[in-house]
Amino acid sequence: MSLDLSKSLTPVCRVLAGAGLLFGSAAVMAESAVEPAQRWGVNMTPGVTEISRGIYDLHMLIFWICVVIGILVFGVMFYSMYKFRHSKGAKPATFHENTTVEVIWTVVPALILIGMGIPASSMLMDMYDDAEDAEVSVLITGYQWKWKYEYMDEGVSFFSNMRTSRGEINNIEPKGEHYLLEVDNPLVIPTDTKVRFLITANDVIHAWWVPAFAVKQDAIPGFINTAWTVVEEEGVYRGQCAELCGRDHGFMPIVVNAMEKSEYNSWLGARQAEAAELAQLIKQEKTFDELMDVGKDVYNKQCVVCHGANGEGGVGKAIAGSPVATGPMDQHLSVMVNGVPGTAMQAFGAQLNEIELAAVVTYARNQWGNNMGDSVQPVDVYNFKQAN
Amino acid sequence: MSSSNSNSDYEHYYVPESSKLPIFASLFLFVTVYGAATLFNNMSGMPATFQGDWVHWILILGFVGFSWVLYVWFSTTIRENLQGLPSAQLKRSYVMGMMWFIFSEVMFFFAFFGALFYVRNLAGPWLGGEGAKGIANMLWQGFQYDWPMMITPQQAAEAAGGQVTAMNNEFSGPDKHMAFPGFGAMFGWLPLWNTIILLSSSGTVHIAHHALKEGNKKKMKLWLGITVLLGIIFVCLQAYEYYEAYEHYGLTLNAGIYGSTFFMLTGFHGFHVCIGAFMLLVMWLRATQRDHFTPEDHFGFEAASWYWHFVDVVWVGLVFFVYIF
Amino acid sequence: MGDHGPAKGLSRWLFTTNHKDIGTLYLWFSFAMFLVGGIFALVIRAELFEPGLQIVQPEFFNQMTTMHGLVMVFGAVMPAFVGLANWLVPMMIGAPDMALPRMNNWSFWILPFAFFMMLSSLFVEGGAPNFGWTFYAPLSTTYAPPSVTFFIFAVHIMGASSIMGSINIIATIMNLRAPGMTYMKMPLFVWTWFITAYLLIAVMPVLAGVVTMMLMDIHFGTSFFSAAGGGDPVLFQHIFWFFGHPEVYIMILPAFGIVSQIIPTFSRKPLFGYDSMVYATASIAFLSFIVWAHHMFTVGMPLAGELFFMWATMLIAVPTGVKVFNWVTTMFRGSISFETPMLFSIAFVILFTIGGFSGLMLAIAPADFQYHDTYFVVAHFHYVLVPGAIFGIMAAVYYWLPKWCGNMYDETLGKTHFWLSFVGLNVTFFPMHFVGLAGMPRRIPDYALQFADFNQIASVGAFLFGASQVFFMFIVIKTIMGGKKATDQVWESAEGLEWTIPSPAPYHTFTTPPEVK
Ligand code: HEA
Ligand code: HEA
Ligand code: HEC
Ligand code: CUA
Ligand SMILES: [Cu+2]
Repeated sequence: MSLDLSKSLTPVCRVLAGAGLLFGSAAVMAESAVEPAQRWGVNMTPGVTEISRGIYDLHMLIFWICVVIGILVFGVMFYSMYKFRHSKGAKPATFHENTTVEVIWTVVPALILIGMGIPASSMLMDMYDDAEDAEVSVLITGYQWKWKYEYMDEGVSFFSNMRTSRGEINNIEPKGEHYLLEVDNPLVIPTDTKVRFLITANDVIHAWWVPAFAVKQDAIPGFINTAWTVVEEEGVYRGQCAELCGRDHGFMPIVVNAMEKSEYNSWLGARQAEAAELAQLIKQEKTFDELMDVGKDVYNKQCVVCHGANGEGGVGKAIAGSPVATGPMDQHLSVMVNGVPGTAMQAFGAQLNEIELAAVVTYARNQWGNNMGDSVQPVDVYNFKQAN
Repeated sequence: MSSSNSNSDYEHYYVPESSKLPIFASLFLFVTVYGAATLFNNMSGMPATFQGDWVHWILILGFVGFSWVLYVWFSTTIRENLQGLPSAQLKRSYVMGMMWFIFSEVMFFFAFFGALFYVRNLAGPWLGGEGAKGIANMLWQGFQYDWPMMITPQQAAEAAGGQVTAMNNEFSGPDKHMAFPGFGAMFGWLPLWNTIILLSSSGTVHIAHHALKEGNKKKMKLWLGITVLLGIIFVCLQAYEYYEAYEHYGLTLNAGIYGSTFFMLTGFHGFHVCIGAFMLLVMWLRATQRDHFTPEDHFGFEAASWYWHFVDVVWVGLVFFVYIF
Repeated sequence: MGDHGPAKGLSRWLFTTNHKDIGTLYLWFSFAMFLVGGIFALVIRAELFEPGLQIVQPEFFNQMTTMHGLVMVFGAVMPAFVGLANWLVPMMIGAPDMALPRMNNWSFWILPFAFFMMLSSLFVEGGAPNFGWTFYAPLSTTYAPPSVTFFIFAVHIMGASSIMGSINIIATIMNLRAPGMTYMKMPLFVWTWFITAYLLIAVMPVLAGVVTMMLMDIHFGTSFFSAAGGGDPVLFQHIFWFFGHPEVYIMILPAFGIVSQIIPTFSRKPLFGYDSMVYATASIAFLSFIVWAHHMFTVGMPLAGELFFMWATMLIAVPTGVKVFNWVTTMFRGSISFETPMLFSIAFVILFTIGGFSGLMLAIAPADFQYHDTYFVVAHFHYVLVPGAIFGIMAAVYYWLPKWCGNMYDETLGKTHFWLSFVGLNVTFFPMHFVGLAGMPRRIPDYALQFADFNQIASVGAFLFGASQVFFMFIVIKTIMGGKKATDQVWESAEGLEWTIPSPAPYHTFTTPPEVK
């Protein structure tokens, strides 16, 4: 196999073909993209807001400017490689300086950059609108590894966890259509309405990103970032956490359900009613078995990742035989409500309601050989929270 | 510069043949930091490769070994110099080495000053509800920004009964701070005395340098000795200041960002004063015990005095930005 | 000091003060780290071959990403450039050795210890650092594994090594140039390194500062990066990127120097616009200090900051463009041949420019809201780092290897290596643009189904590219072992002092300086 290509034209052609193909394919494929969720997606989504479309256009503008500059620069280069080949006896010139061209190729790119920078700046100013006039405000808090949505002044708040099962992730079950991009409680917002997001985090930095809205904001613990959007089309929009936040950073999806204003209002109403109902439910006495049933559910949904299916521990300490789960109730409640600062054990006080907390505590004290035989009522948890 | 290099300079450029020093320096540096990391992890109750109450010996071993290598290294360099091996050109290399080393030290302090400016002008006000990102105050209701920060956001929010997010430590601000007490009380203010001491020590080392250049060795030794003493007094006063801070001011490393920046800036400065004073002490010993310096050839002395001036300049920055403003 | 040769056996390498030996040590160390970092990359690519978790768990995946980035940046690229500087700078300026030869050896030997400390944390409880090579607080402080303390100290001593190395290079260049070697006659490789060394001594201490703050936050209760005590996690990012952005130019400027040496040789024509090349390099270095926050467009900076950093970043395209145009014009009306170093250099110019274009796209702040932390960024920086930094290094190795060991490498093998790498690299990294734009975040061990196809392609490419680097190692070793003897000048139209001395270069060169006219 002779690979001595220097004597033939081949290297030039190969470089040409290789780079040309790559560059060309980028250009062509970029244009043909429409559906974000489609396979072989090659381009940014234009999205469903004015801002996202603006960004898309800006992106395409810079892209094409770069393509043109690339074609010119690489064109000259390939021409030289072809025309002035040593193997064809090219005689080298000796020039090595020319102030005029140096000035030209400093000034012209600078002008091109100004041409890009102006639309980019005005775009940015649009995005930086304070959105104080928004009709709906949602406080978004990132947790390892879930999101909390609080509708400000509406008394509605909930957590949003990934719904994809461990079985799908570990290739035991078939993967669903929205693999990794599905949650139990999506954020619901009205269309054609200015919605303001206040974004923060509880532990580490996360980033809330929905490509279709072109909203990406870091969630910084202790600080609040703001963003806003006006969604023009109803639909379900999916995104992901976009800042490395630890182990399950890849499993922290965002789903937004944008619905018509009236639909949104009835959804909100239902949620508010639920919250009121819950406040009533807390006051009711639960039987031991009820608590154990609910506790099992909560445990398997929230705790199993860290504490293992049989309370044997993992990321978290073992619950089976744990001095906390077999110790004084107040201490147990404190671990659950306030978490263990500086460890992966979060404060569940805000994440679980009183019934769930009472249930999971009861469950932990009476499972896997922990035979405390005692239980705790939602109302006790409520009182504990108030006192602490 | 090159045109001034005469050809004869090059003939003597001294390239030491081979040396065991670098590898041992690396080894002991490694042992030192490995020991420090192990010790710190143990202190904070984190797992490390080694556990037990003996682990500080790793650090000590490394440190002693490293000091020993440095001692041999500098002795070797001095011996070579006494033998006349280095050319004028090699000496210029040392000069440049020291200059750019000091520059890198400046950049190290730059990072800490940058942090101070950032918290004071941006992050602090934001947390207190001012400026472009003042909305952050929602999370720290009750917190008002002030410098020196006497009440941390955490304290303020807890006092106001708020739920504190992202908490990993107790940060309760100091009871008293170290800032400028006003002209009336300034003579009881320790940093003023420290400033006077350090600034005059820059003067004394300058006098010593001139004396050396004039060939007046006695004068040089005297003023150099005074410089070292001033340096030591400075360090002692600073130690006293730290004692006061911890015992009577409630100003500690845990006292929120004011304590953090205060101790890191003054602490690293104090550490550099120690190094500088040690270097000057060595120079003093070399001058008094070994009679090493000549009016023409005393770069060791010069390097130490440059370092001393640098430490002084940093102090001036500290006085302005940590203490006064 | 006579013309005696090296010591025998292991002690030659342990105790050496010879710039050529130290250069060799640096280069082999760097290559070893390239393989280690490459293996980590292959673990990443293998896991990402298909959706779902197959080979590693998320905890370990994050460690792989982190260690891959750290090892490649601090273990492979930077030491390789320092190794080249050691070999070449003294020979190019007619100096007998580096200015401070013992310290030179110290700078090197710190590195194996530092990397031993960092890599060994893969085997300790809690695992290796898992917070990305950018180690953002508080993930790297409050939430970090115990190995973070070891990582911090590894960074400290690596920084010390870099600072000493750069001081040495600066002193050598300022002080040891042969008579007549004025600044504006220095080969461009020397110039680019000169400027790089300044970048290094300016920013490595800042890195040391920020890891020190981490150390204090972790172990001594300070609150630099915690809002509860009045600090700010974003403060970490500002300080880190004040180091980090100049750092990425540290990884490219010497490569600019290398191709500026090679392209004229194989175009048989002097470099076009020498002066403007020097000024452009200096401008890039200067600008690199005022653009850092383009990595932080989404942290919620005030608008004015956002605009400033966007415009400043875009400006860098101007001096970089000047360099690209100068290279192309050097080739124009030359007499071009395509030996392996030239192939790598041509590919460098093309692919680096593509990487630069995507960099420019990232610099457009509003658009970066969509690009940030996606594979589009990963594509960008691998295009500037792999066909940029790594191809630059490989071009240099092929170009100067005959001078170093006295033997010619096998041109056919070299070209094969080039084409395998060229294809492998584009197959690996080009599809990342697509998945990135389509919305795939970076640093994730598993991804949604629509990204599957391009990821599969990228993984295949990575293994091809990786395998061809093993082939590279074979070529280099074969050349060192024997082969056609190289002439002194090696390349017919190569210019510079290093080509005036015999091949292989004698152990001591220019003990009396040459006269440069
Ligand atoms: C060798 C390393 C290297 C180099 C040289 C560059 C060069 C550039 N980089 Fe890159 N960059 C990285 C390494 C590098 N980068 C790394 C490692 C990261 C990620 C870090 C992390 O998060 O892990 C990163 C990330 C990164 C970001 C952050 C993205 C994000 O996280 O959201 C941005 C944003 O502005 C950016 C911009 C640029 C620009 C504008 C250049 C410019 O210097 C490019 C200039 C070159 C050209 C433009 C091409 C040639 C010019 C012409 C032909 C002239 C005419 C052209 C025009 C007028 C358009 N880079
Ligand atoms: C100079 C720097 C450099 C270099 C050369 C490379 C080289 C490569 N990089 Fe990477 N990379 C970074 C710097 C670099 N990288 C940085 C800074 C990050 C960001 C980290 C972070 O997010 O924190 C990153 C992140 C990064 C990611 C994203 C990870 C994530 O977000 O989770 C990926 C994914 O594909 C990747 C892939 C590769 C591959 C396939 C190569 C290949 O080029 C490697 C080729 C080399 C080899 C494969 C080794 C040689 C072969 C052997 C040892 C023999 C065995 C192999 C065979 C026989 C096939 N790199
Ligand atoms: C993200 C990981 C994670 C999740 C989810 C989690 N825990 Fe924990 N948990 C931990 C860790 C880590 C500890 C150990 C803290 C320490 O070091 O003291 C812990 C400690 C505990 C303890 C105290 C054990 C002891 O002996 O000290 C109890 C009880 C507990 N968790 C219960 C729960 C329950 C109930 C849930 C679900 C509602 C839950 N945890 C969810 C990580 C987690
Ligand atoms: Cu949350 Cu990544
Ligand atoms: Cu950058």
